[in-house]
Amino acid sequence: MDIPYTVKLRDDTNLYNAKVGIWLFLGSEVMLFGALFSSYILLRVGAPAGTWPHGLLNVPIGAFNTIVLIVSSVTVVLSWASLKLGNFGKFRFYQAITLLCALSFLTIKSFEYRDKFTHYEVWKTDGTRMTGHVEGSPYFWNTQTLKDKNLDHIVFHPDPHHYAEPLKEHGGEPAEHAAISIPTAEIARLSAFVPSHSTYFAIYFTLTALHGLHVFGGAVVIGYLWGPGARLWKTDPERFTNRIEISGLFWHFVDLVWIFLFPVLYLL
Amino acid sequence: MSDPQHIAKHVKTYLIVFGALIVGTILTVAVYFKHFESVALAIVIAIVIATVKASLVAGYFMHLASERKTIYVILAFTAFFFAGLMGLTIWAMHDSPAMSQSTQHGPRATVAPAAQHVPYGLPYRVCDRLDPSGVWLRGVVVP
Repeated sequence: MDIPYTVKLRDDTNLYNAKVGIWLFLGSEVMLFGALFSSYILLRVGAPAGTWPHGLLNVPIGAFNTIVLIVSSVTVVLSWASLKLGNFGKFRFYQAITLLCALSFLTIKSFEYRDKFTHYEVWKTDGTRMTGHVEGSPYFWNTQTLKDKNLDHIVFHPDPHHYAEPLKEHGGEPAEHAAISIPTAEIARLSAFVPSHSTYFAIYFTLTALHGLHVFGGAVVIGYLWGPGARLWKTDPERFTNRIEISGLFWHFVDLVWIFLFPVLYLL
Repeated sequence: MSDPQHIAKHVKTYLIVFGALIVGTILTVAVYFKHFESVALAIVIAIVIATVKASLVAGYFMHLASERKTIYVILAFTAFFFAGLMGLTIWAMHDSPAMSQSTQHGPRATVAPAAQHVPYGLPYRVCDRLDPSGVWLRGVVVP
């Protein structure tokens, strides 16, 4: 038995079924991300004064990734329009750009994550704090690592500014200070910029990783419809075009979430 | 929808929206580098630009500007619950002891300052206290 209303419009909704389905799904997605944005707001306003980090994320990279997603959104909608005009070649061309954009976005994001995993904060026993890099750029070290490795000191390259300092003092890319040696006995806490570092990084990784998974999932679907799934174009072009529209709606939503994530996490 | 002229007109709209989204992104970053003194103003500007961009994506790329009634009904429910969620969030913000200070860029925090906040209309104060032993007590109720 064929699935009904994949192309033909239902009399009551005036829509094919998949379109109602994707919008119901996107409605639930709005609530999912909305809940996390709500968590972000409460964590931020609840943070003690001067402890919410500013300027730890690379704004030009974040802006570039925003442009990458916007380009991918326009190529998705152009690929759908190409199918409506019966031009399968153009559809393939535009969706190839979409896939390249998705890949670029995830690659750039993974480099950003790597930067965070090798960036550290040291809380000293005298109450002072500093951020910077541990010599050799190791991943995921923490206070326990120092004990496990039996280190009596670490060589640390501190950043010129601590993130709790006012924003206007962050002029461009600050040069790193010369390396200093910090005895382990003077370190109360050591943490890379990982979720356990602070509520800021916990919500940053939760939001961006969930968004990244959406990018990945969307790219898998678009990739399938670009490759093996494109066979449907020969047998049922209208149904195939509808599939592109549905996957496109999801993709635009992913772009839309990033449009809010970028200023909220990188700029404010 | 499928007549070629109609689609061609749509394509032109998509390209205009694309241009507007790029301009919006550049504007967002430009405002960031301008470093407004007021954090509240910076937040409002960034959220307004993001909302305009999101509306363009939803309205034109997702065709919400000319959709069927069923979809508007679905989205009305979403909008209702989303507004409720954000309304509750804003309401709950006033319970936060540090709310009045955390939206400002504070000084370098070697020792966290004692944040105090008086919830509106309540006959007691809620504040954070640094215990003599050095432990932070959050949300202590003081008559």
